[in-house]
Amino acid sequence: MRNQYDVIVVGAGHAGCEAALVSARLGCDTLLLSIYLDTVAHMPCSPSVGGIGKGHLVKEIDALGGEMAKVTDKTAIQFRLLNTKKGPAVRGTRTQNDKVRYRTNMKHHLERQEHLSLKQSLVELLVVEDEHVVGVVDQMGVFFQARAVVLATGTFLNGLIHIGSRQIPSGRAGEFPSTALAKQLCDLGFAPGRMKTGTPARLARNSIDFSRFNEQQGDLQPKPFSLFTDAITLPQISCFMGRTNERTHELVRRNIGLSPLYNGSIRGVSARYCPSLEDKIMKFPHKEFHQIILEPEGLDTEEIYASGTGNSLPYELQYELIRSIAGLESAEIMRSAYAIEYDYIQPTQLTATLETKLVKGLFLAGQVNGTSGYEEAAAQGMWAGINAALKVQQRPPFVLDRSEAYMGVMIDDLVTKGTNEPYRMFTSRAEYRLLLREDNADLRLLEKGYQLGLHDAATYRELVERRKAIRSELERLQRTCVRPSGEVNALLQERNSAPLGEPASLAKLLKRPELSYTDIEALEGSASALAERVKQQVEVECKYQGYLRRQEAEAKKFKQMEQMEIPDGFCFDEIPGLSNEIKQKLRSIRPSSLGQASRIPGVTPAAVAALMVYVRRFRDRGNVQKIKVA
Amino acid sequence: MDFELTDDTISAIATPIGQGGIGIVKISGTEALSIAKRIFRPRKSVHAYETHKLYHGWIVEPETQEVVDEVLLSYMAGPRTYTREDMVEINCHSGFMVLNRIMEFVLQSGARLAEPGEFTRRAFLNGRIDLSQAEAVADLIHSRSQQSLLAAARHLSGDFRSQIDELRDKLWQLQSEIEAFIDFGNDLDEGEANIESVKLLLTMEESLIRPLGQILACYETGRLLREGLTLVLVGKPNVGKSSLLNVLLGKDRAIVTSMPGTTRDIIEDSFRLSGVLIRILDTAGIRMKPDSIESMGIQRTLSAVAEADIILWLMDQSQPLSEEDDQVFQAVSGKSYMILLNKCDLPPRLSVEDIRTRYDRAVPVLRISVFNRGDIEGLQNFLRDRFLATPLAENRSALIPNMRQKECCERSLEALQRGRKLLQTGSYNELVSLEIETARKHLNAVLGLEVDQDLLDGIFSRFCIGK
Repeated sequence: MRNQYDVIVVGAGHAGCEAALVSARLGCDTLLLSIYLDTVAHMPCSPSVGGIGKGHLVKEIDALGGEMAKVTDKTAIQFRLLNTKKGPAVRGTRTQNDKVRYRTNMKHHLERQEHLSLKQSLVELLVVEDEHVVGVVDQMGVFFQARAVVLATGTFLNGLIHIGSRQIPSGRAGEFPSTALAKQLCDLGFAPGRMKTGTPARLARNSIDFSRFNEQQGDLQPKPFSLFTDAITLPQISCFMGRTNERTHELVRRNIGLSPLYNGSIRGVSARYCPSLEDKIMKFPHKEFHQIILEPEGLDTEEIYASGTGNSLPYELQYELIRSIAGLESAEIMRSAYAIEYDYIQPTQLTATLETKLVKGLFLAGQVNGTSGYEEAAAQGMWAGINAALKVQQRPPFVLDRSEAYMGVMIDDLVTKGTNEPYRMFTSRAEYRLLLREDNADLRLLEKGYQLGLHDAATYRELVERRKAIRSELERLQRTCVRPSGEVNALLQERNSAPLGEPASLAKLLKRPELSYTDIEALEGSASALAERVKQQVEVECKYQGYLRRQEAEAKKFKQMEQMEIPDGFCFDEIPGLSNEIKQKLRSIRPSSLGQASRIPGVTPAAVAALMVYVRRFRDRGNVQKIKVA
Repeated sequence: MDFELTDDTISAIATPIGQGGIGIVKISGTEALSIAKRIFRPRKSVHAYETHKLYHGWIVEPETQEVVDEVLLSYMAGPRTYTREDMVEINCHSGFMVLNRIMEFVLQSGARLAEPGEFTRRAFLNGRIDLSQAEAVADLIHSRSQQSLLAAARHLSGDFRSQIDELRDKLWQLQSEIEAFIDFGNDLDEGEANIESVKLLLTMEESLIRPLGQILACYETGRLLREGLTLVLVGKPNVGKSSLLNVLLGKDRAIVTSMPGTTRDIIEDSFRLSGVLIRILDTAGIRMKPDSIESMGIQRTLSAVAEADIILWLMDQSQPLSEEDDQVFQAVSGKSYMILLNKCDLPPRLSVEDIRTRYDRAVPVLRISVFNRGDIEGLQNFLRDRFLATPLAENRSALIPNMRQKECCERSLEALQRGRKLLQTGSYNELVSLEIETARKHLNAVLGLEVDQDLLDGIFSRFCIGK
């Protein structure tokens, strides 16, 4: 039996799959271990991928050479572009997916991937020698040797499901938790935190009266996530929107003592942006109703995900609750809602590559780092997988900064600030939001993926040509002027746009929020032969004109602070005048740059100024010593 | 500015030399106490110096043990000090020789002479004070009048900070409202998923743009109070300008003779009116055929007039108007000036009507005799009412930004105005949000919550030694 690998990935959820695939693609012999092979790439909560901010992550994974976007496109049964009334930077793609198809499709990719082995195994022990991880031991006592290990254990560490007063130790509904591993991480010195998340009930389709719901269709012309998807193949379905009512709320209020969230049984922290129904009703007592959405779990199943009804109340009460909703009067619950508590590792214990500071070669990715969401997990998996492989190959680490990608924003937030509630990606977390769009993920990151070795030369060549085409079309639009004629102004008025008084460049016209590139084609009287992606970029560039340059200038300034490195071995205690609290923070985070130091909560600008002085001095002194040695 | 070597021990004389009876030498840094011990002989022997206590004794020459001065010495252990470092203050007699010798001993014993502003810079770097407080210290030191002292003291106490904080809070609320709409518009239930641009516009206008405008208006007042007003005396020779100068200053500053053209260059001095510094410039009289030295003086008169806040044109009631007066008029016309009709004790050969007919129908004219105390008080009251009443009233309610803070406030205001325009033209929410963010960043910079090196250099180079 073979038991020597370069990289071992523990856990085959969304983080583990990306980590294993990318590690293998970078040429490392990779082993992916899953507790149960039938739930590889499972979506244990909503049947949907993407959203505002999250969609950005999916596109970035794709641009770097990951898998999530491709599998999503192949298994999506509804596409919607969100925030279309807002500007291009904050638009996000979201899909509904067929869960079974998603996981079988992803599993098949894993099985066929060169350098990758997929095995069913419950890991119980990390083997650590001299603060370096050297492998793992599973439940059957098998030792797998590795030079780097990625832990992507999701909610499995000390997972505990709550349904009313029932408590069931589980990683997910119906699956074993990881208790031995959780204990070992504590023994190794990791400080765990506890979080809570939950999922709503799944209802039987034939027990629902859909006439009481509003149908929500997908986009008529679905735009895929992946650059490499040519066509959407699966049939497209609708979701259905309904509401809770006073009866529902009264039920929850009357029985709130039975909710483990409210009677003290659950101590884990839940996310404010993804509240359970109990929380919605108790914390916002003046709201007359809350929205619920019925989402099909797939094409070959009658299970319907009742989004917005997540709770941890006793099973019988869940029935009453669901049936108080118009259209669900005789609904049958196929799977009950539940809350789950689990351990996570405060991510400030990680470096920017997601490697732990305590154990070299050990990387953590996904929900174990205190995040929520498939997309956040997948992005971290990709990041940790790349860095684990690079470490094994003794290549320099791969890190994107906050001005380059949502991934960079998320990782920096996690390792610098940590998180006390499940971390979700929002666009407002990104300071350089206008630069980091779904539509330009390829322009930002494809080249980096290519340099890593994750794209072929033809893909890269296309990117170079696309860039050229965008530039020249932009120049043409700036050069080309339209004169105010009756014809032109009639067309503008038709689009609710102010008529022209004097000649204007096409670029200037395209800047108007109400006009699109199609209108420019109409003004010119001919359809452009350019690729859709080129047209789209040109349009965005014009819309944000001025603002993009401003953000680029800010990003440049930001990078200067990032490039002021704090050398390894720099002693923060040497700086007089810093409070003990600040020193302690700097010691534990060990920021790699002044920029990162300035983002640590509680580190004041004055402290950063002092740090700047001493880092400079430390470096100069270091140089002097080097000269002496020479 | 050089930010290097900030943890050695520094020292400086903290009081102006030669003024007042007490001089203070400050020492700050890890070596402060050991340096002090080398040069201080306590009256009663001290086993261990306790922090925040005064010790009576003598400063002695470290080598010869020769007594130099009787002093009170205080030792304050960090971090409960101005710089957060260990500090020693030596209260001695303020004679030039004494202070300098003590300073010399301190430096010989291992301290370094502090750079301008270094004590405050350390206080800032060590987190003792924030940037706006650091600037207030600079303003305190630089302030030349009581009124501007008052404004600086308010900054130091943080009143200004809380006003800016309030605006930052409002910006933050506004931004989070927009951000919620951007990120969660799809998660929100119907009805919630709308931000009303009308409401946003109103909040922007009422709670942000207007108050910021008011802060900026205070800047003019502040400048006036900080830097004082410039008063320029003009008029043809021998009308009594130098006499008026001496009376206003309360001392004999200018040489007064009856020979026309005695004042060939500009004499500059200052006095206080209601606590505000008035810089007074007495100019060369303007004559028909001046000699060459005097003509240079006239050039300077013209440039003095250009920078004046107050122009007083002195005339002699005992002489009729002449071509020389016409020349003065050329120098001041287009400016706001007033006429003082001097020598009212002599027989009149010039009337107010004559002046107004010839030059300006609306010009204010005040009759005085510079030797009459009542007339001078009348003049002072007149100046106070006309030039100081409004700024002084504003100063009581207002918190006055300095120039850097004003610029930050201006940039913040500009961003808000751009944001307002975006809202009015129905542009994208994320752009509105960006402008609000920009406005907030500039306000952060006012308080030094966003710092860059240039800014620190600029501020700390304004400090004089010792604070």
